[in-house]
Amino acid sequence: MPSYETIAFRAQDCDGCMKCVTACAQAKSGADDPAQSRIQILGAAGKWELALCRQCGDPKCVSNCPSAALAKDAETGVVAWDADRCVDCLLCTVGCAYAGITRDARVGHVSKCDLCDGDPACVKACDRGALTLNTAARIHRRAAEREDLFAPGLAACQGCNSELLIRHTLRHVGPNTVVATPPGCIPGMGTVGYNGRTGTKVPVFHPLLTNTASMLTGIKRYYKRVGRDDVQVLALAGDGGTSDAGFQSLSGAAERDEPMLYICVDNEGYMNTGMQASSATTYGSWTSTTPVGERLQGKSTEAKNLPVVMMTHNCSYVATAATAFLEDFYEKLDKAIEVSKTGMAYLHVFAPCPTGWRFGSDRTTDVCRLAVETNFFALWDYTPDAGLTFTRPTGRPRPVREYLAGIGKYRHLSEGQVAHIQATVERKIAHLRRFERTGA
Amino acid sequence: MPHTRYLVVGASHAGLEAVTAIRHWDAEGSLTVLSREAHRPYSPTILPYVVSGRSRPERVALKDAAWFEARKVDLRCGEEVVSIDTAGAVARTASGTEWRYERLLLATGAAPAVPPVPGLADVRFHVLRTLDDALALRDAGAGATTAVVLGAGLVGLHAAEVLAKAGARVAVVERQAHALPGYLDAPAAGIVEAAFRDRGIALMTGRTVSSVQSRDGRPVSVTLDDGGTLPADLLLVGTGVRPATGFLEGSGIAVGQGILVDDTMRTNIADVWAAGDVAQARAFFGAAPIVNGILPDAVEQGRIAGMAMAGDPALKPYIGGLPINTFPFFGRHAVSVGIAGEDDPSVEIHRRLDARAGLYSRLSLKDGRLIGVCTVGMPIDAGVMWQLISRRVDLAPVKQDFVVAPLDTGRALMSRLWR
Repeated sequence: MPSYETIAFRAQDCDGCMKCVTACAQAKSGADDPAQSRIQILGAAGKWELALCRQCGDPKCVSNCPSAALAKDAETGVVAWDADRCVDCLLCTVGCAYAGITRDARVGHVSKCDLCDGDPACVKACDRGALTLNTAARIHRRAAEREDLFAPGLAACQGCNSELLIRHTLRHVGPNTVVATPPGCIPGMGTVGYNGRTGTKVPVFHPLLTNTASMLTGIKRYYKRVGRDDVQVLALAGDGGTSDAGFQSLSGAAERDEPMLYICVDNEGYMNTGMQASSATTYGSWTSTTPVGERLQGKSTEAKNLPVVMMTHNCSYVATAATAFLEDFYEKLDKAIEVSKTGMAYLHVFAPCPTGWRFGSDRTTDVCRLAVETNFFALWDYTPDAGLTFTRPTGRPRPVREYLAGIGKYRHLSEGQVAHIQATVERKIAHLRRFERTGA
Repeated sequence: MPHTRYLVVGASHAGLEAVTAIRHWDAEGSLTVLSREAHRPYSPTILPYVVSGRSRPERVALKDAAWFEARKVDLRCGEEVVSIDTAGAVARTASGTEWRYERLLLATGAAPAVPPVPGLADVRFHVLRTLDDALALRDAGAGATTAVVLGAGLVGLHAAEVLAKAGARVAVVERQAHALPGYLDAPAAGIVEAAFRDRGIALMTGRTVSSVQSRDGRPVSVTLDDGGTLPADLLLVGTGVRPATGFLEGSGIAVGQGILVDDTMRTNIADVWAAGDVAQARAFFGAAPIVNGILPDAVEQGRIAGMAMAGDPALKPYIGGLPINTFPFFGRHAVSVGIAGEDDPSVEIHRRLDARAGLYSRLSLKDGRLIGVCTVGMPIDAGVMWQLISRRVDLAPVKQDFVVAPLDTGRALMSRLWR
């Protein structure tokens, strides 16, 4: 089944203004009567809830319809209603757990959301970002049309977002690529292969921790020399291989603005060798080398802010990304691929690690999203000409406490440590803002 | 002898939902659907609308040919299974074809239960279970001036409304004390009855038919147990249905009122499942298994059976059949989910009735949990209520709000539960 666009609701951002309800009633019935809206906001201040058709993948309203008046449109994913066939029996409403299809007594039949042909009036009316049209389906559809260049069955931990990330990336970068995966989780999960076979359908190699960027430099220069300047070189490296041992070769390549795409998958430590701290490990984090005991309460120093370090090198393009915001990642990947034909593109991708950070494997995307929404991990991109641009608003962050709360490696934090992290987050954002281009 | 991995007998809601579920897990295994109907698969629930003309018979098919083709399903219409050899895993059809199956689903539905009324067997009377029945009733209804309907259930009352709108003088005879027994509680049924009586339909509850008189094989009048007679040039028997299990004789498949199944819809025979109106399964309320015989439950059972047949590990066992009905009448609706619990002193019942306006709602709560809801003429989300009942959601923290505004409170609760 293909992916479809859907309306997403963020209850905590809803203030119950009912503009979406009015907009729907006007768009669908030409009336201001909220009862004629197909979206309903219910509850009370601080805990608003939503009643709206989810355009289910396996819709029970369709199964329950005796007159074949309801059907899921294979192209748009909308559960469509046919007035001519409907007999007003209400059996569809029996199947819906969301109150997404209900009878409108004024018109004498059921009504339901049809996504306004892909441009929902309710989403346009919401000025708080509580309702958004999630168009990630476009990405998945596009990805599905391209060949997956990693072998099936990579052995990443349950809940790891690196596999999602690297499969998407390589599909997008395409087959004309040489991949370097220095020691870390990504080769560890099987990308460099087993038993003499690689885990990729493109050439892949396993440099030392220290020399990823210099080896890619050599490979790219060699191909250029033999007239194959179209070959893309790509690093899929961890934060250890990037920020610690790999840093001098990376710094050299950045200084020379070598044409390459370097993706750092940042899980804030050496997570595949027993969760040791790296220079990217954040303040307060428990790791096996920054334990929690009588003297130490997790890591006592701040993380090296590598994306900012790279911004102040000579790279043509630097950006941060998080897999909870795939569309944002794709936009940056597009830019990075283009830039990497002539200069260095560095993408720093946030990769929460359920195993090493100790949170439930079903929570990776939530953790990722919270990191961004608390400004703990801000999303931005940078070119020397345009300066820094935040690609997601940073003006109304949630308290960083909400991000820290669900993660085991921060479980021991004292109030003072949480306050320290909050202050650091604010200081880092203020610092980043200075790189924003101001004026016209 | 043709061989198929999955053989689904019956192509209404349970059978088609099973096909969908099988294909979610097994995209390739050979799948054959046999339907005794010559028509494309349709829902029995649509039939009163065919009689009324609201649904055109050529447009009632639940799925088109492309749907079956896309799912690699071999649909055979007009193939009635007449016997099953469970030892040899073979189903034989009326045309003499023998199908060897690996996994068999019986979703053969129900057939009208005709009461043993003297004289009835000698006259031409109508039932309403198949599309052909509906077409015959539609044609007969057009010329009828007097009609008698036996049974004030969903089919009988719906047909009575249609016949009355077509111009006939209609009487409905119901053995029970009120209309829609077992579906609605007494106040709700009272509103429905009043609506029928207001439109000149004679609703005779607590009465039985003692004989039917005929001339030349046509019904002419009906005599009631109180001696009264009703003229009838059209007679419709709508006294309920019973599972169609006759063809299972000698098969070794255990049958009670319906085909007895466990919580994965499996019969006593390992590679045979049953779902829908033919099946007798766990009840949500009460210990004895029931033939629930309602459309949404046929869908539920069909999905479970299909998942079990395909070996889908996501299968969750059946939670038990719950009564759920919607009854449209004269442009209004009665909806009932769950039970009233009127005979249980520990059940808290909240009623609102405006008989003049024809509005009614009843909520039944036990131990802080919803067990039933019934409304007439008032908006209610039957699906949300079904979830609240079947998940046994604790309503104690929001009880006051729920009793006052079940719609909004129920919606908010479900929204939160799903997030």
